[in-house]
Amino acid sequence: MIIANTLADGFVVFLTEAHSWTNDITKGAVAETDEQAESLLTAAKQAEQTNVVIDPYLIPINIEDGLRKPTEYREYIRATGPTVPIPS
Amino acid sequence: MYRYDEFDARLVTERVEQFRRQAQRRLSGELTEDQFKPLRLMNGLYLQLHAYMMRINIPYGALSSKQMRQLAHIARTYDKGYGHFTTRQNIQYNWIQLKNVPDALADLAAVEMHGIQSSGNCIRNTTSDQYAGVARDELEDPRVYCEIIRQWSTLHPEFSFLPRKFKIAVTGSPNDRAAVKLHDIGLRMHQNEQGKTGFEVIVGGGQGRTPFVGKTIRDWLAPEHLLSYLEAILRVYNLDGRRDNKYKARIKILVHQIGTDEFRRLVDTEWQQIKDGALNLPQSEIDRINAYFTPPAYAQIDDETESLNEQRTQNPAFDAWVQANLAEHKVSGYSIVNISLKSPKLPPGDVTAVQMDALADLADEYSFSELRVNHRQNLVLADVPQKDLLSLWTKLIELDLATPNIGLISDIIACPGLDYCALANARSIPLAQEIHQRFQDIDKVHDIGELTINISGCMNACGHHHVGHIGILGVDKRGKEFYQFTLGGSSDQNASLGDRTGKGFPADEAVNAVEKILNTYIMVRNDGERFLETYRRVGMKPFKEALYGSA
Ligand code: SF4
Repeated sequence: MIIANTLADGFVVFLTEAHSWTNDITKGAVAETDEQAESLLTAAKQAEQTNVVIDPYLIPINIEDGLRKPTEYREYIRATGPTVPIPS
Repeated sequence: MYRYDEFDARLVTERVEQFRRQAQRRLSGELTEDQFKPLRLMNGLYLQLHAYMMRINIPYGALSSKQMRQLAHIARTYDKGYGHFTTRQNIQYNWIQLKNVPDALADLAAVEMHGIQSSGNCIRNTTSDQYAGVARDELEDPRVYCEIIRQWSTLHPEFSFLPRKFKIAVTGSPNDRAAVKLHDIGLRMHQNEQGKTGFEVIVGGGQGRTPFVGKTIRDWLAPEHLLSYLEAILRVYNLDGRRDNKYKARIKILVHQIGTDEFRRLVDTEWQQIKDGALNLPQSEIDRINAYFTPPAYAQIDDETESLNEQRTQNPAFDAWVQANLAEHKVSGYSIVNISLKSPKLPPGDVTAVQMDALADLADEYSFSELRVNHRQNLVLADVPQKDLLSLWTKLIELDLATPNIGLISDIIACPGLDYCALANARSIPLAQEIHQRFQDIDKVHDIGELTINISGCMNACGHHHVGHIGILGVDKRGKEFYQFTLGGSSDQNASLGDRTGKGFPADEAVNAVEKILNTYIMVRNDGERFLETYRRVGMKPFKEALYGSA
């Protein structure tokens, strides 16, 4: 999947099939082949050029029980938010 | 407290408007990220793991209640309702949106606050003793000189592109609470043989991946020469500090490579040229700044020994708090109250907007409308009449701000780590919370006594792990979080760097390792001996055996 931060608010987003951006990992596009990954990355880089997002890149994910889980724990935390509750 | 003059105020508001235009140009696509990044960093705006992060300076840790209320307003209006106090006496907001930053900065400027020089290769916020001006052991108020340094270093044209960031700390007490030996420049006030107060100048301390305890390059410097001498040090560093390798660019590397004597010689040569020039600090200027720090109108009261003792006897929880969280005030009848930001519920240093507002009210009611932030991520009400301690404590309890653990095991420094920080290798906050959970028993906590556990999520050492009595460094080992331990670090007047115990532990064994270290301490300590003293006496061997078995 492609992960990035939006420019205006900075929040973490994923690229969708329609080449829009979503905060919801379940709605992001999953590339199954290298070619698909390449084409997602090209679309993402374009969005970087047009100043929609910052620093998009590909992350590997696993699908566990139908849920998408970034394989690296850094990206997992990035995708799902801090592992400690937000103070309130 | 220092109040902005016309010059300060204009500088900050002009910067806000400048940044507003820069942000607009970035949002409209006129500026690329590469062009914009240095501009946002100059105003303390980072991009972290999840979002933008805005860092705001709190000069030498001093906050008025009005400023604290504004910090609450920022948290509530532009962020997720909380802020994080850092080991640099600053505050960070973790969820700020770029489009809102100019408005947030304008609101901050209205209370004389900003993020200028909170990032980048420049002179950063000068830090100090959180008990400045009120400590019983203090020689002179270091804030006066911090403020003088702030004015000199703010937008100093010659030093806005240093090889690397530059941090200065000042203490006016023999008991160093500002970790001056771990800064690029540490200044320790003391008296010379003639009884005149001046500065010991310590250079090249620092943490990060190559930690050093600073070296003294001048035993005593007269206050009038402070700025010219600092300028001479910065000039030598600016010219000779390495710029080819980010990891070798701090002044500590230069001092280490050329040696203390050679560094001193270079500084002295430079200094001779500018000494007694425009940077000379006349007594009148010192007095002028000093006037901003005139002590508040203390009431003439005696220490409340009897009634306080009675309250303590009747209320063991209050007693535990008094014992752990209070420090001696120089004026009779008053106490310095430490407010622990290390409750079991919140990450170290985090405060909600509700708590910030309430703290501002408490400062108004009990402590001349002022608060301080310290480098251990706690807050201080510096001037509380002892007769009010019980009522203050009662209110702090309701706010979950009365954890009685200052200087004890659960008063843990933890950097944001991988829960927030883009540079992190491992998380810090959950480990701090686990340790806190494990050591809940108040008798055991008091039995262990004075102990600092410092946790960093990577080699950058924002969590000061090198100088924790127990230091913990998070590393990434083949895609898993591991924690390496050091023992025997300290950031006080007898500063030392901790020694590595050996190989690291996976996340689920880290708390057990802490427990093994402490059980060993309890076994081998002499009567009344603190952890650090025991470690310095017995060395690593028994701890290593407890952690890894005997070889
Ligand atoms: S020590 Fe590392 S992980 Fe922790 S705040 Fe600093 S840079 Fe981030």
